[in-house]
Amino acid sequence: MEYVVEMLNIRKEFPGVVANDDVTIQVRPQEIHALLGENGAGKSTIMSILFGIYHADRGIIKVRGKEVSISNPNDANDLGIGMVHQHFKLVETFTVTENIILGLEGSQVLDRRKAAKRIQDLSDQYSLKIDPHAKVEEISVGMQQRVEILKMLYRNADVLIFDEPTAVLTPQETHELMGIMKDLVKEGKSIILITHKLREIKEAADRCSVIRRGKLVGVVDVKKTSEKEMAAMMVGREVSFKVDKKPREPGDVVLDIRNLNVQNARKYRAVKDFSLQVRAGEIVGLAGVDGNGQKELVEAITGLSDTESGSILISSTDIAGLSIRKRNEIGLAHIPEDRHKHGLVLEYSVADNMVLKSYYQEPYSKNMILNEEAIRTHADKVIQLFDVRSGKGGLTPAGKLSGGNQQKAIVGREIDMDPDILLAVQPTRGLDVGAIEYIHKRLVEQRDKGKAVLLISLELDEIFNLADRIAVISHGELVDVVKTSETNEEEIGLMMTGYKWEEAHEATT
Amino acid sequence: MKRLPDALLMAVSAVILGIIAGALLMTAIGSNPFEGYYHLFRGGLMNMRRIGNTVAVSTTLILTGLSVAFAFRTGLFNIGAAGQMLIGGLCATAVGLQVALPRPILLVVMVLSAFAGGALWGAVPGFLKAKFNVHEVVATIMMNWIAYWVVYYAVPAFLKGDFLETESRVLPAYASLRVPWMTNLFDGAYVNMGLFIAVAMIFLIRFMLNRMTIGYELKAVGSNRHAALYAGIHVNRNIILSMVIAGGLAGLAGATFYTGYSANIQIGVLPIQGFDGIAVALLGANNPLGVLGAALFFGLLHAGKGFMNAMTGIPPEISDTIIATIIYFTATSILIGRGLNYLARRKKKGGK
Repeated sequence: MEYVVEMLNIRKEFPGVVANDDVTIQVRPQEIHALLGENGAGKSTIMSILFGIYHADRGIIKVRGKEVSISNPNDANDLGIGMVHQHFKLVETFTVTENIILGLEGSQVLDRRKAAKRIQDLSDQYSLKIDPHAKVEEISVGMQQRVEILKMLYRNADVLIFDEPTAVLTPQETHELMGIMKDLVKEGKSIILITHKLREIKEAADRCSVIRRGKLVGVVDVKKTSEKEMAAMMVGREVSFKVDKKPREPGDVVLDIRNLNVQNARKYRAVKDFSLQVRAGEIVGLAGVDGNGQKELVEAITGLSDTESGSILISSTDIAGLSIRKRNEIGLAHIPEDRHKHGLVLEYSVADNMVLKSYYQEPYSKNMILNEEAIRTHADKVIQLFDVRSGKGGLTPAGKLSGGNQQKAIVGREIDMDPDILLAVQPTRGLDVGAIEYIHKRLVEQRDKGKAVLLISLELDEIFNLADRIAVISHGELVDVVKTSETNEEEIGLMMTGYKWEEAHEATT
Repeated sequence: MKRLPDALLMAVSAVILGIIAGALLMTAIGSNPFEGYYHLFRGGLMNMRRIGNTVAVSTTLILTGLSVAFAFRTGLFNIGAAGQMLIGGLCATAVGLQVALPRPILLVVMVLSAFAGGALWGAVPGFLKAKFNVHEVVATIMMNWIAYWVVYYAVPAFLKGDFLETESRVLPAYASLRVPWMTNLFDGAYVNMGLFIAVAMIFLIRFMLNRMTIGYELKAVGSNRHAALYAGIHVNRNIILSMVIAGGLAGLAGATFYTGYSANIQIGVLPIQGFDGIAVALLGANNPLGVLGAALFFGLLHAGKGFMNAMTGIPPEISDTIIATIIYFTATSILIGRGLNYLARRKKKGGK
């Protein structure tokens, strides 16, 4: 048997778009096969076809050499194909065992003990270190992902699809996951890894199929191909990972956070005695595992929520108690983490979204009457300056733009406000290499123009690429601040779990 | 801009389907549907007087429909149009009966007081929603009943008629929105100056929603509250403002109904026009011009049903059933839209 899964000459068309055009994916037994492509390139579509969520318009699917028709996810399960979704599908209040047997109860009477025993065995076999009796809400995100993996193993899947599995993991957890994937392959499984992170492909995958705009660009042997080459295949041109950044002496303090305490919605203190300064002409990167107070910190700075105590100063003005609009007018811009929830009104046109924070000012309106021409001219300018690609220019509804272009539009709007301090929260989340490169350049440009930038990101690559200094947050507290040139990812990874820099430094040297 | 023809197509298909359903019903009870519809439309349009009455019925529906549609565009569901309309009518009637002023000023004060009364009735749920996150559906329904009982108490106490305890005195002609030239033009119909108020409001609201900063803010809050907050828009203030305007519009509907169409106010009735406003807004796709069209159409059905009943013996409730059916089809317009898409795709495939 040369291939365990073969998808031959698959074509899938949606109204107006060819999502997959003559795509062939062949996965060998016991290999980790990466599927690389930009957002919207068609990698999710092809996997959804394999998993029975969509039906191909043309093409053949073969599993273990036999032609099959997969019309729903149950068919896929029956053929031994399982998927770890990007967003876990777990019942938080159930135990690991209950989650895994959900849908497979069989009889009216649950035999939890038997199931737990089998889960324990599987966990030991693949060294997943899972406690079958733990409640899902009490275990870490990395563990929850392993529960998802166990779910597939329990269902005897031997082709495992991982959809962007590392988005929610710390660097250490990512590394462990790569180890688990290699173990799975050693034990006879085959893995398809959907990702846009080249480093993970390089670390774990054997072969990589690259898709661009719905077409298969090529299949490469990962060991013989550099990250740069793969990126070029994916984007269709040369890509530079390193942003050109000249050393620069930072200027005056622009953002000054002093002894800040913030409660979250559940009255739990999520930011504790936090102090940090960001100066003009520097990018400070705030690193931390998701959910360690970053969200609350951002909300306190932007005015979306109140502070409990402490102060926040922008260019020496205390902004606590100021309205959101006042803060914007003082010179704070904010690229929000969730572009759909906060960044855009999706029903509004791109042009209307470009004046979301300035519609009430001249020239966009006068005496409460909007000036459509001024709004459109402004939108055309931002669209052109920030390379926002949209079907009908400023008139396109924002919801119709691709994620990358939505993000570019938001970045454009915020930078166009010419802010003194730019708060960039996960500015490239879910974007492809081309868009990331572009947004990174723009952030560095802000710094070079003498503006202050606070970058909050879960991607260490991004922080190391952009930041002049790195601050680490853990459990709402500032762990330490270090110069980027004096540290490395391993140290920061340890600091994210609460180690001071000296301790992390000693532990890693 | 592309949304409008889609919405229009859906509204028209819902109307056609509703009419077909009505025809089936008429057939089922042994009547001739062609005859039925002939008399229904004749009843609404056969002469100037009937046209005038159709327009008069529609006038109220335009304003309540606009009230619901406006609130909806800003993300709020105003079920309280009935109560707001009732209070608006009470305020206008009270001013008309109790205040002595020259006619033009009196009418302006009556209309403004109706707007103010409705606005107050909308402001309370708006405030409760903004400050305490009380759902506006619950609050507006409760306000409907408060309006009902306020009228129940206030009319016998202050505006009692000469013979009946259950309704107010009849407004003198100088305190009515009816004007002789309109009444004469339409041969004695109920049509009144409320029509101009309603049409003016259509264009005012349209302008406000599309061209003014206040409309920009209100729609932003309605479409994505979080993004509006993020951008520095006062979300809570806009929620209250939206309900004030929606309530005021329904209040105006009360003025046109109780001091134009009719000439006094009864106790113990929540005006059905307030609830019909939801249907009007739905069929009109929450677009001011759509509301105008939908209100005229529903007004026609309401105005013609009596004549249909008199001429054919078809019960007038058939007309209400048609309206109800249209609502169902409009509410399920997503399904209709999908069906149309599917047909279009099949046609395309077949052509290949």
